[in-house]
Amino acid sequence: MKAIVTVIGRDRVGITAAVCSLLAQHNINILDITQTVLQEFFTMVMLVDTAACEKSIGDLTDILAQAGQEQGLSIRIQREDIFNAMHRI
Amino acid sequence: MLNQHEIMQTIQMIDQQHLDVRTITMGISLLSCAHSDVKTSCDKVYDKITKYAENLVATGEAIEKEFGIPIVNKRISVTPIALVAAAAETDSYVPFAQAMDRAARTTGVNFIGGFSALVQKGMTDADRILIRSIPEALATTDIVCACVNVGSTKAGIDMDAVALMGRTIKDLASRTADRGGFGCAKLVVFCNAVEDNPFMAGAFHGVGEPEKVINVGVSGPGVVYHALQEVKGKPFDVVAETVKKTAFRITRMGQLVAQEASRRLDTPFGIVDLSLAPTPAIGDSVARILEEMGLEVCGTHGTTAALALLNDAVKKGGVMASSHVGGLSGAFIPVSEDEGMIAAAASGALTLDKLEAMTCVCSVGLDMIAVPGDTPAETISAIIADEAAIGMVNSKTTAVRIIPAPNCTVGDTVEFGGLLGSAPIQPVHPFSSRAFIARGGRIPAPMQSLKN
Repeated sequence: MKAIVTVIGRDRVGITAAVCSLLAQHNINILDITQTVLQEFFTMVMLVDTAACEKSIGDLTDILAQAGQEQGLSIRIQREDIFNAMHRI
Repeated sequence: MLNQHEIMQTIQMIDQQHLDVRTITMGISLLSCAHSDVKTSCDKVYDKITKYAENLVATGEAIEKEFGIPIVNKRISVTPIALVAAAAETDSYVPFAQAMDRAARTTGVNFIGGFSALVQKGMTDADRILIRSIPEALATTDIVCACVNVGSTKAGIDMDAVALMGRTIKDLASRTADRGGFGCAKLVVFCNAVEDNPFMAGAFHGVGEPEKVINVGVSGPGVVYHALQEVKGKPFDVVAETVKKTAFRITRMGQLVAQEASRRLDTPFGIVDLSLAPTPAIGDSVARILEEMGLEVCGTHGTTAALALLNDAVKKGGVMASSHVGGLSGAFIPVSEDEGMIAAAASGALTLDKLEAMTCVCSVGLDMIAVPGDTPAETISAIIADEAAIGMVNSKTTAVRIIPAPNCTVGDTVEFGGLLGSAPIQPVHPFSSRAFIARGGRIPAPMQSLKN
């Protein structure tokens, strides 16, 4: 299943590395990444494939949210459908 | 591929602009629960609701997590109890309300609606018993909601029922006096009630509906308000277009959630209700949208026109985004549940008369309005009659949810808490409508041609 991972927080060294290795741990394949830093504010959007991941998106939501909390970031995963519904006819 | 801007826009709507799905409501037919023995019938009601809605809350929570969109309420609506209980040999339907309350608690939903009667053309014995049972039923349960339909464009207005509802509301307020007359927040008096409304307190599962159904109510006043901030000073054509585009996005999300819930619960999808439902939270207010259009305070001259534009644009934007639209669909203007309305009413800018005018062009009607505790029952009935007349003549749904807050007077504020918010006591006209209400009978249905 395709999903969107978003990471928002204050910029520092190693955010991308930490998030990517967390996703790798759960067998989540990253298909696309965009990332910007605006006034020290870090924003990363990833399109991922969870087909090989054993966890459900519901479980991943909790795992990522907790990892985010530990690092002072907002990390979330949402099914791609919601963005498509809202922005594509 | 979606671009970063689109994705962050959605995240911002959810995080900062209070975008949510307001309710997933499962409609359940209880017609099969009729029985001459009250206890047997109530047991059937309990069993059927708990069986059908067993997974409703868990499914709602799972969807919420996967899509990352808050689903604020999970609710149940049932067949009007006056129809279900008519076969029961009893003079009180309170046990039915208690069975609904127990079943709702077992399933974990936060409201159950349908302790209702449809009496637009007259009352059956069962309808009278139901209305008589409302004060005790709502005072002794927590999450049961009731509504009574007293008029329609086709049938006119049943003024005997209107008179009865004024007295019922007063009785209910006094029975829940310790909570500011809270019971009245769970009772709606309708004209042209709809059968597929997912919103409380007026939800019931109409007789034309299937065995069970999923209806979804979306929300998003904060998102519309934010979008309008981007078009400050632009002509109304731009305002209408902006609202339409925003409503489209909000509704698409509601449609997605509705389809997903319908599939997982193996229950047919009914409708998406395109309503702008405010909450008392800052930034989630319909009044603030009207003010963003250029009004100093909601309630001043121009408010009705602003609301007419908003209401129409929400529908136009939403209707293409959903395969089936229904329910109440429009902007809600509940005073106590809208931070901007509360402020406008407290400042005296928003009066009951202006609210009545606003209900001519928007969804529903005089909603969550607190009036002095000593307001006579006949005055409340007359307020209901006025509102029903607006609905009847304009072929639209109107409703009254009014709270004569016991021991409170103008200047006081009554607190309900949570989504129901707090309401400043608003003045009513001191002149009597007693002789008007005492007449009873029916106001005939209006002409449907020669419209001017």
